[in-house]
Amino acid sequence: MGVLELSRWQFAITTVYHFFFVPLTLGLTIAIALMETKYVRTGDEDYKKMAKFWGHLFLINFAIGVATGIVQEFQFGMNWSEYSRFMGDIFGAPLAIEALLAFYMESTFIGVWVFGWKRLSPKAHAATAWLVAAGSNLSAIWILSANSFMQQPVGYELANGRAQMVDFWAIIGNPHLWLQFPHIFTAGMVQAGFFMIGVSAWHFLHKTKNITPFKKSMRFGSTYALIGIVLVILIGHRQAQHLAETQPMKLAAGEALWETENPAGESLFALIDQDNHRNTVDLKIPGFLSFLAYDSFSGEVKGINDLQKEYEQKYGAGKNYIPNVWLSYWSFRIMVGVGFLMLLLAFVAFMKSRKDEFKCKPLGLKVFIWSIILPILSVAFGWIFTEAGRQPWLVFGLFRTEDGVSKAVSVGEAWTTVIGFTILYAILIVFTVQLWVKYAKHDMELEPETSTSEA
Amino acid sequence: MDLNILWFILITVLFIGYFFLEGFDYGVGMLLPFMGKDDAERRAIINTIGPHWDGNEVWLLTAGGASFAAFPNFYATLFSGFYLPLFLMLLGLIVRAVAFEYRSKEDSLKWRYNWDWMIFLGSFIPAFLWGVAVSNLLIGVPIDSTMTYTGGFFNLLNPYALVGGITFVVLFLFHGSLFLSLKLGGEMMDKAKESANKYWIPAVVMAVIFVVYTYFAVPSFSASAVALISALIAAVALILAGIYAKGGKMGLGFIMSSLTVVFVTILAFATLYPNLMFSSTDPANNLTIYNASASPYTLTVMSYVALILVPFVLVYQAWSYIIFKKRITKDSEMTY
Ligand code: HDD
Ligand code: HEM
Ligand code: HEM
Repeated sequence: MGVLELSRWQFAITTVYHFFFVPLTLGLTIAIALMETKYVRTGDEDYKKMAKFWGHLFLINFAIGVATGIVQEFQFGMNWSEYSRFMGDIFGAPLAIEALLAFYMESTFIGVWVFGWKRLSPKAHAATAWLVAAGSNLSAIWILSANSFMQQPVGYELANGRAQMVDFWAIIGNPHLWLQFPHIFTAGMVQAGFFMIGVSAWHFLHKTKNITPFKKSMRFGSTYALIGIVLVILIGHRQAQHLAETQPMKLAAGEALWETENPAGESLFALIDQDNHRNTVDLKIPGFLSFLAYDSFSGEVKGINDLQKEYEQKYGAGKNYIPNVWLSYWSFRIMVGVGFLMLLLAFVAFMKSRKDEFKCKPLGLKVFIWSIILPILSVAFGWIFTEAGRQPWLVFGLFRTEDGVSKAVSVGEAWTTVIGFTILYAILIVFTVQLWVKYAKHDMELEPETSTSEA
Repeated sequence: MDLNILWFILITVLFIGYFFLEGFDYGVGMLLPFMGKDDAERRAIINTIGPHWDGNEVWLLTAGGASFAAFPNFYATLFSGFYLPLFLMLLGLIVRAVAFEYRSKEDSLKWRYNWDWMIFLGSFIPAFLWGVAVSNLLIGVPIDSTMTYTGGFFNLLNPYALVGGITFVVLFLFHGSLFLSLKLGGEMMDKAKESANKYWIPAVVMAVIFVVYTYFAVPSFSASAVALISALIAAVALILAGIYAKGGKMGLGFIMSSLTVVFVTILAFATLYPNLMFSSTDPANNLTIYNASASPYTLTVMSYVALILVPFVLVYQAWSYIIFKKRITKDSEMTY
């Protein structure tokens, strides 16, 4: 493998790994702030316990989210230096603003939140929870504005071989961003919601003595997840429509649609033969892809082969503009398929949690426990679809991935970091899961030991 | 003022903030396994920086982001060039961040002490490597006409850079000891004072070697009045810091060691100015604040952003130190 391939692998590994934890931070910080606010308003001690309990689990997540985020901050310079030169104007600005506006806020107030239970009034303490939640979610907007530019460049001009910013507000107002951010924000609700559902289900299964706060958590978590998943799907539908306009190649790859169709059918299962530009097997529901793209059962959806011809005229002949169709197709299917499964699960959990007793067979509870991983799957494959489907472009229509890689880095160096990060991340996930399992099993009545200074 | 100059100054300020704040964090982290004799002592030591280290680290992230925004070529050349050292630094920072959060989450002493060594490593490695990186920036590295670093890894481990690395380590040990002597109470405070006295002489010796070496190895150092004056202030402050510490005036000592860190950073950037990186192959290939910069429009936007946001950051970070200003003793009730 060359430096290019290695850098792609490295970016994919470190970023997807970072993103295992990000949505939980996004969703759980808001959930915790809501719980603490409820406690301050009603004086219901259960909600204080809940805020603390979920706060402990969140902190484990936060530590690793931060640790893996540091790598993100520097790896554009490390492995993608030519890209950094090209995009500095547009990528650097949001990254710097993200740090100034969001990371400072998040990291400072998380410290105050953790260490400040006794030093601040309950109201002020709840306010710090909100500031942490705001900081996290603001950080998402800024980094996503950079990613959105890569999907749909706006507010720039090409000069001196670089994309130079000419309109800051256009970059913030990028229509792609205002679909992508809501999709991510609500995906955060889903991930946090299923986390609460799963952990509470464990306590139902093991008949934890003080079950009331877990009942409340289940009610909270399933409501949160249900709202989140409905919105994710609705917004995702809008995103597909947006893709039909702005990146039709990605949509076509996600559907393994080689030839233009009208009305276009939604593929359920396909065996893809990328070399010969065809599918050997393809099961379709007629008209549904047109619906996904245009809200109507007719309408032309362009196929990969026609788009390739179009792009050759637009961007230069003799080059391949087709992404990895197999990867795009299956990652899209997994995101959406798991999404509908979660819709079902969240609905069931929500209905059950409305009763006084959460009635459920042990097998059902086990399903809820394991469903903690479902949002992680959807999110990871959502990103893989978004990024892999954009190839061969790094910045759509402007800058190709192969042009972005660093010139100063040798193959040996690139291998070193790929292997190094992968091993370290693999070790860390073991500790993280170990701690999660341990703390998730705590009874809320017993505060997780906060002081052993007498020991 | 020229925006390129403004951003050069702002990035200097961000690095000053980073080295000043994380300087004592790294010092505390390196001292942890040696000064803390049992778990309670170690917890007390960690709690002195517990609420703050992440916020302090954001100064580094901001410096990185601001370099990317204002001088993309600097960001690109530096980090792709200093590739393996940066990788090691990232490993250190990752391990440290996780260790702070995870070390107390299991009761086993073995678990905790192992993580404490991770905190040590995660503090030592970045402290040392920043010394190496700054020295290499000062002495110059091979850069070709496409702004690409061509030197490889071992080129970065020259004697001057190693001196720089050790200097940073001992300075931060001294600075961190003084910080601890302010934050800890009881017998722990005495230990911190002892430690400050212990590291003072090595810090002075290394600082002298570093400055003299710089004087002879880096021509633009002696050509810059600001750099020379900064070196002088840093030296005086370092001496005073030791004297105050011996006399038990730890607050003044800490202010002085902070000034040392601040002025060493200024020294470095003043030596570079108006360059960001010296090319040792051909001065025509130097990265300057003009040929490495973003467009004027981006610099303008970023200036407004910085002007609006930085005051807020300063206010609430300061506030977070005020809330936790009480001294921590071994027997304080502690949050984990
Ligand atoms: C949609 C949101 C989102 C996205 C796309 C990314 N991150 Fe992230 N990042 C967060 C959302 C987030 C967060 C929620 O704010 C984190 C994650 C977990 C955490 O604790 O904070 C965070 C942490 C985090 C940190 C540590 C901050 C600290 O010390 O407090 C850095 C430096 C980055 N990220 C940088 C990046 C970069 C350069 C990315 C681009 C590839 C990136 N993140 C993708
Ligand atoms: C079930 C219906 C869903 C549809 C129709 C849908 C649609 C889409 C589309 C079209 C994209 C690509 C956007 C682009 O490249 O511009 C996308 C990306 C993504 N999706 Fe989904 N999605 C669905 C469910 C989910 C679920 C349940 C999750 C996670 C909980 C999820 C997480 C993501 C993520 C993280 C991305 C990448 C970020 C982005 O580009 O927005 N999606 N989705
Ligand atoms: C945080 C959210 C992001 C996730 C989860 C994500 C995910 C991915 C994935 C899965 C790949 C591999 C695709 C492939 O190899 O085919 C990839 C590649 C890449 N992405 Fe993203 N991405 C994210 C944000 C960004 C951002 C903000 C940038 C901005 C520069 C970016 C730039 C790249 C680059 C340079 C590559 C390597 C080239 C490639 O293999 O495609 N990504 N990303």
